[in-house]
Amino acid sequence: MTESERLDVTFTALADPTRRAILARLMKDGEVSVMDLAEPFAMSQPAISKHLKMLERAGLISRGRDAQRRPCRIEGEALKQATGWLEQYRKVWEGNFRRLDALLDDLQSTAGRPERDN
Amino acid sequence: MPSKLEVRAEGESAVVIERSFAAPPDLVFDCWTKPQFVRQWLTGPDGWRFTVCEIDLKVGGQYRYVWQNPQGVSMGMTGTLKEIVRPEKLVSSEIFDEDWTGGEALVTAVFSPEGAGTKVTQTVLYSSAKAREGALASGMTEGMEAGYQRLDRVLEGLTAPKAS
Repeated sequence: MTESERLDVTFTALADPTRRAILARLMKDGEVSVMDLAEPFAMSQPAISKHLKMLERAGLISRGRDAQRRPCRIEGEALKQATGWLEQYRKVWEGNFRRLDALLDDLQSTAGRPERDN
Repeated sequence: MPSKLEVRAEGESAVVIERSFAAPPDLVFDCWTKPQFVRQWLTGPDGWRFTVCEIDLKVGGQYRYVWQNPQGVSMGMTGTLKEIVRPEKLVSSEIFDEDWTGGEALVTAVFSPEGAGTKVTQTVLYSSAKAREGALASGMTEGMEAGYQRLDRVLEGLTAPKAS
C-alpha cells in the first residue's frame, strides 16, 4: 500500500461513528473480544466484523488469533498519528486567535481611528 | 487571559470552532473581512506568512489567500462570499488549490455580542465525512513544515471521485 493509499484507508476508517466508538472502547478497556465489542451496538457479529476488518486494514487495531475470543487491541501509534491531527488543528487555531487577540488589543488602544483602517 | 478555544467535530462532516474576544462585534468582524487585518493573524502554523491576502467584500465576491512557509513552499485558497451581514454573520465557500478535501467547504462565522466582547462561532461544513478527516489531517500538521512538498504529492492522491 502506498502512503497515499494508507492515509485514504485511515480516513475512511475514522469517518464512521460506530468505528470511532469501537476505538474509544478499546482505548478505555485495552483488549476486548469481538463478542463484547458487538454487544452495545444493535448489530450482528458479521456487521461488526466488517467494521473491525476496516480498522485492522487501516492499522488502527490488531486482532488476536484465538479462534474463540478474537481479542481486539488498539494500535496506539497509528491512532496517535490519526487523532493527533485534530490536536494540531486546534493548536494552529489557538495560534491564529492569540495573534487576533493582540491585533484587537492594538486596534483598541490606538487613540482615535487607526490609520490602517481604509 | 485569553478565552478557551473550543474545537469539535459536529455531525458527520462539520468542524466547529468557538472562541471569545475582548472587542466589540464590529471590530472583530472587520478583523475577519479586511485584508490589512486578516494578514496579521490568519497565518496558520508557526512560521507561515501571507504572500497574497485579497478580499472583494461583496456577495459573490472572491477572496484569495496564499501562504508560504520558511522553506518557500506555498499553499493557496480561494473563497467566494455568499452572505455578509455586518457585524453578525459571514458565509462563504472555500477551496484549497490542492483540493485534498474533496471539494468546497462551506464556512459560516457568527459573531455574537457577549458582554463587552464577542463570541465567534465558526462552522466548517465539508463535502463528506472523509473530506473532514482529510482536512483535519492536511493543512495543519507540523509535518507540513518539514516535508510539505512530499505531503502535497501524497495528498493529491486523496482527491478521489466523491462517493455518493
